[in-house]
Amino acid sequence: MSSDAVEVQRFRPREADEDLGVQYEDMEQQNEAYIVGMWTFLVTEIMFFGALFLAYLTYRTLYPSVFMAAHHELDVKYGATNTVVLLTSSFSMAIAVWAAQTKQLKIEIGGLIFTMLCACAFLVIKGFEWAAKFEHHLVPGPLFHWPPPGYDSIVVPGDKAQMFFCLYFAMTGLHALHVIIGLLVMIVLLILLIKRSPLVRYYMPVEMTGLYWHFVDVVWIFLFPLFYLIPSH
Amino acid sequence: MSHHEEDPSALPYVEHSHAHVVPVRVYVIAYIALMILMGGTVLAYYIHPSSTLASNVIALGIAVIKAVIVVLFFMQVRYSTRLTWVWAAIGFIWLIILFSTVTDFISRGWIPIKGWTP
Repeated sequence: MSSDAVEVQRFRPREADEDLGVQYEDMEQQNEAYIVGMWTFLVTEIMFFGALFLAYLTYRTLYPSVFMAAHHELDVKYGATNTVVLLTSSFSMAIAVWAAQTKQLKIEIGGLIFTMLCACAFLVIKGFEWAAKFEHHLVPGPLFHWPPPGYDSIVVPGDKAQMFFCLYFAMTGLHALHVIIGLLVMIVLLILLIKRSPLVRYYMPVEMTGLYWHFVDVVWIFLFPLFYLIPSH
Repeated sequence: MSHHEEDPSALPYVEHSHAHVVPVRVYVIAYIALMILMGGTVLAYYIHPSSTLASNVIALGIAVIKAVIVVLFFMQVRYSTRLTWVWAAIGFIWLIILFSTVTDFISRGWIPIKGWTP
């Protein structure tokens, strides 16, 4: 039996590429396997966020005026800035992946650092937004108070408005958690790259992190109009 | 440990990462398109169109276009194998099926109860 294995090895043209695993025919197949594997995880993430988006869709359909009134508590400028920050971070991540593919280590590290800075900026802005909500007693729970100070002509009931903020904190909180996880993964990648570890000589780890990061960006692209850009009559 | 730069000619084997390397200008064009769409969606919000439906369609339509640009170009699905394409598409098709279940919820004959009905 072992002689058969040796026979197979002799006949299969092994490329001089140390990154090719023994279970793959060639690099194209290996690359595709990694990419499809990462997309499988991203599909589960779509399911994860999809459920919350469905809850949002249901409650917004049922109580459109409540959502319209409650969303005025969110500042479009913060949301738009966050969206621009994340889109820019996606761009720098794509550049980092390109640099990994073309073996330009300095640009790869630079792109990764810039992406991480954008992620931190996103979290800081998100922190300011959430702090404002805590101040205005808009956090769901016993301290929730509706209408917020300065808002005299509110006709929506407080419990329905609380639903908007439940969804707001749940969805942006889950998204922020994903940003933090992405940041941690990028820190690990950065350390490996700086130490010139052989683990990241292959471009695929950075590419897969890039796919995750772009997905996080896509989720925010949908969160932004749904929470910040609710149209008023 | 030597601090040598990543010189491709110094590597022990011929460099071919077998990746479809997307040229940087594709990313730049995609980024510029995303920024334009970003401006458009914020502008559309401040100059609200007369009907709510139009506002919703514009905001979510622009969001969908942005997401498609990110998925196709930044995530390189445009340049990937058909299998990858199917995986990516299936995720979002599933989402549409999920959202269709809202028809169940909103078509229930709720019994109106005083104080609870909006």
